[in-house]
Parts: sequence; C-alpha cells; structure tokens
Amino acid sequence: MAEQQQKEYWRWTESRWHNKDIDWKKADMITAGIDVGSVSSQAVIMVDGELYAYSNTRTGSNSPDSAIKAAKMALDGTGMSIDDIHYTVGTGYGRVNVPFANRAITEIACHARGANYMYGPTVRTVLDMGGQDCKAIHCDEKGKVTSFLMNDKCAAGTGRGMEVFADLLGVPITEVGDLSLQVDEEPEPVSSTCVVFAKSEASALLRAGWPKEKVLAAYCSAMAHRVVTLLEKINVEKDFAITGGIAKNKGVVVRLEKELGLKALEPRYDTQIAGALGGALFAMGLLRKQRAKK
Amino acid sequence: MITAGIDCGAKTVKVVILKDDKVIGKAIIPAGIDTKKASEEAFEEALKEAGIKKEDIDKIVATGAGRADQPFTKDSVTEVSADAKGINFLYPNVHTVIDVGAEESRAIRVDGKGMVMDFAVNEKCAAGSGAFIEAMARALEVTVEEIGPLSLQYKQEIAMNAQCAVFAESELVTLVHQQTPKPDMARAIHAGISDRIVSMARRAGLEPDIAVIGGVAKNPGFIDCLNKDLNTKVIVPDDPEFVGALGAAIAAKEI
Repeated sequence: MAEQQQKEYWRWTESRWHNKDIDWKKADMITAGIDVGSVSSQAVIMVDGELYAYSNTRTGSNSPDSAIKAAKMALDGTGMSIDDIHYTVGTGYGRVNVPFANRAITEIACHARGANYMYGPTVRTVLDMGGQDCKAIHCDEKGKVTSFLMNDKCAAGTGRGMEVFADLLGVPITEVGDLSLQVDEEPEPVSSTCVVFAKSEASALLRAGWPKEKVLAAYCSAMAHRVVTLLEKINVEKDFAITGGIAKNKGVVVRLEKELGLKALEPRYDTQIAGALGGALFAMGLLRKQRAKK
Repeated sequence: MITAGIDCGAKTVKVVILKDDKVIGKAIIPAGIDTKKASEEAFEEALKEAGIKKEDIDKIVATGAGRADQPFTKDSVTEVSADAKGINFLYPNVHTVIDVGAEESRAIRVDGKGMVMDFAVNEKCAAGSGAFIEAMARALEVTVEEIGPLSLQYKQEIAMNAQCAVFAESELVTLVHQQTPKPDMARAIHAGISDRIVSMARRAGLEPDIAVIGGVAKNPGFIDCLNKDLNTKVIVPDDPEFVGALGAAIAAKEI
C-alpha cells in the first residue's frame, strides 16, 4: 500500500511511567483502570490510593489484546504482573472486552472521576477530547457525573480528525498545535465541518500558496469552534478542565479558551490517562466493598 | 433553438448541448483545481461532438456548486431546479429524484411539469456522498468502478457502526484484520450510504416513480441497496451524471 510507505505523521509515541519510590509488595490494595479507547488505550495502576504506574498505547484491531498490551506496558519493570492486581475496572469503548476486568464502567463516569483526582474537587466541567468522540461532562465535587453531552458520530472535533490533518500536511501530530500558533494573523477557520471535505478545502488552500502553519491554524480554530458549540449546549461552569489527547494540542486549547472566554486548569498529569485513572479509583471503592462482604 | 447547460460540480464539469429537444453534444471533464479551465475544455469537447460553433448557441445556463467559476454565462439555476427539469424531460412520470454526487446529495420531489415541490440536501457531511464510497474504495484497495460490482458478490450482510467516513475507514481496518471477505465489507459500505440517503429522501417525501442520478447512480451496488431499502425498482437514466447539465440547458430555453 502506497500510504504505508510514507511516514506516518499521526503516529504518536507510546509512553509509560512508574513511581519507583513505592514498594507495591507491601501494599494492601492494588487496583487498575484499563481504558480501551477507539484510538488509544491506557492502563493506570494505583497502590493504596496512590498513582503507581501508567501506560499510554495505541489501540490495535483487537480490544482484549490492546487491554493486555496497555497493562503489560504499565507494569514493565515493576516486577508486578496482572495477577497481582486485586481489582480491575475496564472502561472506554472496548470496556467489555478487558479480559481481566472485574467490572466495566462507562468512560463518562471514569473521566469525571479521573479529572476530579487530576485537577482537584473544584472541577465542574470536564471536556474530554478523545480519539473518536468528544464529551462535555458536568460533575460535582466528588467527581460524580451530573449531566453530559457527546459527539461520537462525526470525526470533526475529534483526535482522529486531527490525525488526518497531520498526515495531510506531513506534520507530526505532536507538533501540530505549536506550529498552528506560529501565524502572525489568525486566518478564517476552515469552513467545512466534515473532515473529508475539510481535507479537500485544506488541499485547495495549500495549492493557493498558504503555508502549513496557516492551514493548521485554520483547522485548529475550526475544531475549537466545533467543540465550543458542544460546550455551549451544556453551559460551562467553572472550574473547567480538558482531558484526552487533544488537551495536549495547544493550538486547539488556546483558541478554545479564547472563544469560550475561560481558561482551562493547567494539567499536572498526562491528560490521556483520565479515564483509566477514574477506573482505578472506582476499583478501589469496589474492592473495599467486596472485602467488606467477605 | 440551440441551448447549452453547464454543470460545475465538486469533482467534474458536465456540458450538454440541446437542439430542439434533442441532445446533440455532451462532455464530462474532471474539475481539477481550475474550474474555469475544465469548463472551457468540457465546452470545447461538447461543441466538437455537436459539430457546431459557440456562436451557434442561443443561450447558456450554468448550475452546480462552482457555477460562478465558469466563464460562459452569468445566468444560472440551482442544482435542485436543474435536476428537476432534467429528470422531468427524460421521465415525466418521475416524482422523486435522488441525486448523489461527489460531495453532495439531494432528494427532490417534482410535479409532472418539472417544478420542485420539496427537497432535502446534504452538503455538510461526506457520509451521504460519493466521497464516502471513494474513501472506502481506497481503504479496500479497489477502484470506485470496482467497488459496486464487488459488493454484489456478498455472502453475508454485516453491519457497519460508523457513519462518519473517517471513522468508517478505521472500522474497515478492523474488519480487514478479522479477515472479513471484501465483498461483504463492500456490501456493508453501500448498505450504510443507502440507508442515509433514504432517510434524507424521506424528508423531501418519497413519491413514485423514483429516479437516481449523479455519478453514484452508476454504481450497481448502491442501486441494489436502494432498491431493497425503498422496496421498489428505481429508474437510472443512461447518463445519470448529465441530468443536471441537461436541466440547465432546458432552463436556457425558458429564460
């Protein structure tokens, strides 16, 4: 296939992290959240309520394999194996296909819960910009969902749409946001909503002599606008936080904040792990309940 | 009286030359990046086929999304009314015409005289247009010409969840990994777009006879799904992509 011979600009690097100061062998509670999304999968391991390890990987064509891959990557070098985990919650679009999960919980609930931990209890609105969907979630001080809205029908306003653009322009996905901010003057947003049509529009702009950064600026602002439309339907309450892969794209975030007239909280963790983190937090509560019964 | 219609679509430019209710010349040229140039080429070719000169034409009318970009005339009609006039000229009994083009689709309810009663349009989303099939053909590594006939060899009806062309591409990758036979995937692609076109057409109201025009009408896989969804046999004119240009040429007689 010709496309495979080209460099794959959308392909971001997978990553992992673990806290070497924690000795999990002494732990009373080891829980995990596995978020199998449509584009990326994450595993978060918590040891006695503290974030111990996580991974951020690319979802393959098979959900169970993707779940195992994410968990193994998080556990890599820790000496822990999947069997050492006391309770696992699966979430995300492949949540029912996590072979070692004790329970599946929707990604909406997990994102709110994860954002509550990541950004603190003042968060009332969470915008999750994922690979194939975009959700606006209201939650209370405990991270419990009070209402939400989502778009999962259309690639406009999702990470997948941004990947398509990274490929089209030959700009690595991680550099798209910063590059889009290197314009002297903000261009008109791309007018097509549909990613397929936006691609044709962008090709025409490139042919007309627009530099890459200007085309990316036009796309990032179109995407920001589209997401703001979703947010306005749910009414944004402070504090406002963004999770998911697109939260790492400054080009979208800055334009979104400007249109919204509101700053998002500064992320302290990898924004893509919010769902898995929420899952691991739910797992703690569920494990306690399970133990209490016995 | 000799008139001409020029239809500047998203992907192709079509020209039809009409003399006393008879088509004497026609041409189709890829629109490329320069609609003006493509229009000139298409016009030249149609004139050649008709064996006439541009000066012999009494009136020219344009239609299509790029109708302002052609150099021949300032007179234009909308795609909706051009389609209605064109189909009424060919099949006076048709009351619903479904036009599926490269980047747009529309359903138009027409009265017996070619007047528009109601219509519905999708121009926002690739999922209901030729662009969808094009993207899917690319993912299956077949040509747009091949994908329709290929779909007719299906053994099993499978459903695709994604509507969005971008998501459907990822879904196809998963299906390929699961070793789903190509004809089954091709069938699912056409069933999906047919379903979306029918729900759009219902907004305009479906009244028999039903005709399908536009480039996608040439795809037998799509027509087969439409026939099934509409529980009828739709009419496909011989040159379905020329109906809009024909309608413009008819409009030129009336202006």
